[in-house]
Amino acid sequence: MVDQSAEQGSTQPSTSVRNAVVIGGNRIPFARSGGPYAYSSNKDMLTAAIDGLVARFGLQGERIGEVAAGAVLKHSRDFNLTREAVLGSALAADTPAYDVQQACATGLETVIGLANKIKLGQIESGIAGGVDSASDAPIAVSEGLRRVLLDLSRAKTTPQKLSVLSRLRPRDLTPNAPTTGEPRTGLSMGEHQAITTAKWEITREAQDQLALNSHHNLAAAYDRGFFSDLVTPYRGVTRDANLRADTSLEKLAKLKPVFGKGAAGATMTAGNSTPLTDGAATVLLGSEDYARRHNLPMLANVVDAEAAAVDFVHGAEGLLMAPVYAMPRMLQRNGLTFDDFDFFEIHEAFAGTVLSSLAAWENEDFCRNTLGLDGALGTVDRSKLNVNGSSLAAGHPFAATGGRIVASLAKTLAEKGSGRGLISVCAAGGMGVVAILEAREQ
Amino acid sequence: MTDNYLNLVNSGPAGKLAKKLGLPRPAVLRRHKQGAPLVPGPLLVLGAGAAADSLASELLGWNQDVRRHAAPGEKLGAVVVVLENVTAPGDLGAPILELGQAVRQLARGGRIVTVSRPAKETTDPAEAAARQGIDGIVRSVGRELRAGATANGILLRDGASVQAAAGALRFLLSGKSAFVSGQFITVRDSGQAGGQDEDRPLAGQTAVVTGAARGIGAEIAAVLSRDGAQVVVVDVPAAGEQLAAVANRIGGTALQLDITTADAAARILEHVQQRYGSLDLLVHNAGITRDKLLANMDTARWDSVLAVNLESQLRINETLLGSEVFAATGRIVCLASTSGIAGNRGQSNYAASKAGVIGMVRSTGVALDGTDRTINAVAPGFIETEMTAKMPFATREAARRLSSLQQGGLPIDVAETIAFLASPAAAGVNGEVLRVCGQSLVGA
Ligand SMILES: NC(=O)c1ccc[n+]([C@@H]2O[C@H](COP(=O)([O-])OP(=O)(O)OC[C@H]3O[C@@H](n4cnc5c(N)ncnc54)[C@H](O)[C@@H]3O)[C@@H](O)[C@H]2O)c1
Repeated sequence: MVDQSAEQGSTQPSTSVRNAVVIGGNRIPFARSGGPYAYSSNKDMLTAAIDGLVARFGLQGERIGEVAAGAVLKHSRDFNLTREAVLGSALAADTPAYDVQQACATGLETVIGLANKIKLGQIESGIAGGVDSASDAPIAVSEGLRRVLLDLSRAKTTPQKLSVLSRLRPRDLTPNAPTTGEPRTGLSMGEHQAITTAKWEITREAQDQLALNSHHNLAAAYDRGFFSDLVTPYRGVTRDANLRADTSLEKLAKLKPVFGKGAAGATMTAGNSTPLTDGAATVLLGSEDYARRHNLPMLANVVDAEAAAVDFVHGAEGLLMAPVYAMPRMLQRNGLTFDDFDFFEIHEAFAGTVLSSLAAWENEDFCRNTLGLDGALGTVDRSKLNVNGSSLAAGHPFAATGGRIVASLAKTLAEKGSGRGLISVCAAGGMGVVAILEAREQ
Repeated sequence: MTDNYLNLVNSGPAGKLAKKLGLPRPAVLRRHKQGAPLVPGPLLVLGAGAAADSLASELLGWNQDVRRHAAPGEKLGAVVVVLENVTAPGDLGAPILELGQAVRQLARGGRIVTVSRPAKETTDPAEAAARQGIDGIVRSVGRELRAGATANGILLRDGASVQAAAGALRFLLSGKSAFVSGQFITVRDSGQAGGQDEDRPLAGQTAVVTGAARGIGAEIAAVLSRDGAQVVVVDVPAAGEQLAAVANRIGGTALQLDITTADAAARILEHVQQRYGSLDLLVHNAGITRDKLLANMDTARWDSVLAVNLESQLRINETLLGSEVFAATGRIVCLASTSGIAGNRGQSNYAASKAGVIGMVRSTGVALDGTDRTINAVAPGFIETEMTAKMPFATREAARRLSSLQQGGLPIDVAETIAFLASPAAAGVNGEVLRVCGQSLVGA
């Protein structure tokens, strides 16, 4: 492989000072927004996910090195969301915490940040996580009303106040509902992906097949008890509420396209796109020493990670394609190829996102000309892809997805007892983060 | 579930009315409180001979106010009747009639405990008759007592000395046995050192409680934790939210597991070995009811009840007893039920499972005799939980008043009994079925 651009970060293998290990995880079942968690706040759900983790690992009253989590859709009052959740949990009150926000990569980034602190010896233990509620999302007042209210608070006399109020127009009273639209393009994520999906000529059938696999794999994982030490029920929900174990290609084929409808042959439906979802996930990380001293399991090592971003604003690349760029940089630094991995966790924002990424990595021209590689990066063995289901089936509470993936992959690696796993998460703003986990030596 | 009637008759005017009308007047039971005296007044030890003297001095060693004869008019906290040397029915009259006089002086929440030997261990018919007679006495006196007082007996097995009764005696005298009445506990010389820290008898031990997300199981977990044990709480994944809350309340760990799965024992042992090293106590508490008259019984109801209540216990015990992770002094306590003793309309499946548990415990108990491990069963009568709250009103009300204590028990009563069977003080109790039923008429 050719060194594509040295200024884009370290090209040396990561020589970690010591290992950071994934000890375990806990999440609440994910549920479609407006459903069973409609009246749960981000703080409620994150606290529940932390408390389930505490119960699983007996961490009551313990001071954890640091807790890092975040939410994408966040109320301004939640400026200290993670710390507030810690204070409401069974953890010791002197556990510090901080919030992270990197769109859909938030959860994965909290794992990377805390793992790095553990590797450097700054902390012994950490809880990474994320939460999102599209049900309890903040709704902002219109820009007009906001200006009026601020000026009103500064007005001193009654005539001044009345004059400020007189500026108010009926349209100012319509609130701004949250959107997942990109601020710079005004297009929704789905519309952006529709452009990419079409560009890579991803078929409807291939997308439906990926969605079907996701549902079947997730259902099978539940049935064999895989999630019994990864998920704690919440508000009476015991499994991911979006899961359709009995879905079929025929059922998926009946759905009407919802994105990219402008062009002929639109392929993206509600079945092969993730729904708006509520949920929270956490991951317990520690040094080997910490795990041993507390008699805790060590599922996998956090090996390395890389972030990338693309210029989707001017159309140079698709909004959700940044992981495609991050991947070769991280693999090269670690001297690895796709053949060195046993499991691939590629976040299914849309089936089209996964399939476009796979197509790009398999495409000789693209890898040479755009990624600056010697040839195609490689082919991902489909039988190793999202083996316990992914976001199309589980749902995608933005910041919670990273924690879900890391905990599930770490357990999958521990069950196999050897090998490596690769994670790829795309994010709004044209960003993406990839990471490597490795099974522990048996 | 609150017993409104019990609360009512213990509140002034309504209580007087109930007395006039001859209605049941259930008492508020004397339950264990940290730091409260063992018994609510002086302890009278009846019976002649060296064994009675020896037990009296044992009780003095516990800092109890011990009498060999009751002073007239004095309220007594408890009466211990040592009858271990009776050889013929004629030996019973004197001490028992003296007991009769003492009963008049028994304080609220008082205790009567007899100490004798099993009838089946003698070949002399007169001796066996005298020994078995004590059974009738205890069960009758239990029904005559009022104000939350109880009567129970201890049987000294295989020629055990009276000292072997100490652990069981302390339990039966204490508030921990509030809902145990009309019962006998058989004890043997255990060879294990008797002394224990009464505040934290399970310090340093690891316990697993199945079905601990709610009800009796949650209370067992709390009491074992109070007594110093590290507790792993187990329940089905679907009950995980409540299970986590229980774990966090008592500082334990939650293991989401369906005990009917084939690898349940392995998963329990793996969890315990990794987190705590070894297992000292397993409480088989998880249980379900799927009531139907036998004529209407279907396979699903039959099989599920047998699978959860009995077959899972058999399978888990087999793995446990063959494992080094289960301590050499390990204890198993199983939840049976008075339905398994007396049967119950609409519960042929449940009664089969609970009677099966009793059979299993007796059989395994024989196998464990001569080792330092023990297995015992606790058979609760009517206990106020979500399970019994589902009963029809009239049946529930009848079930409450059918016991000598005229009320249902609380989960804590079952939990205290299990904690006793888990404690070092119960090292000499093996293969026993102890009822916690307020001396219910059912299954007498
Ligand atoms: N309540 C009474 O009056 C009474 C009387 C006699 C005996 N018992 C026995 O006491 C025990 C507890 O009764 P309770 O009243 O607290 O009942 P409960 O229904 O309140 O609690 C039982 C618990 O066991 C769990 N459980 C059921 N199946 C399980 C499985 N396969 N794996 C793991 N956990 C499982 C349930 O989820 C529940 O949390 C039972 O064995 C019951 O038969 C109760």
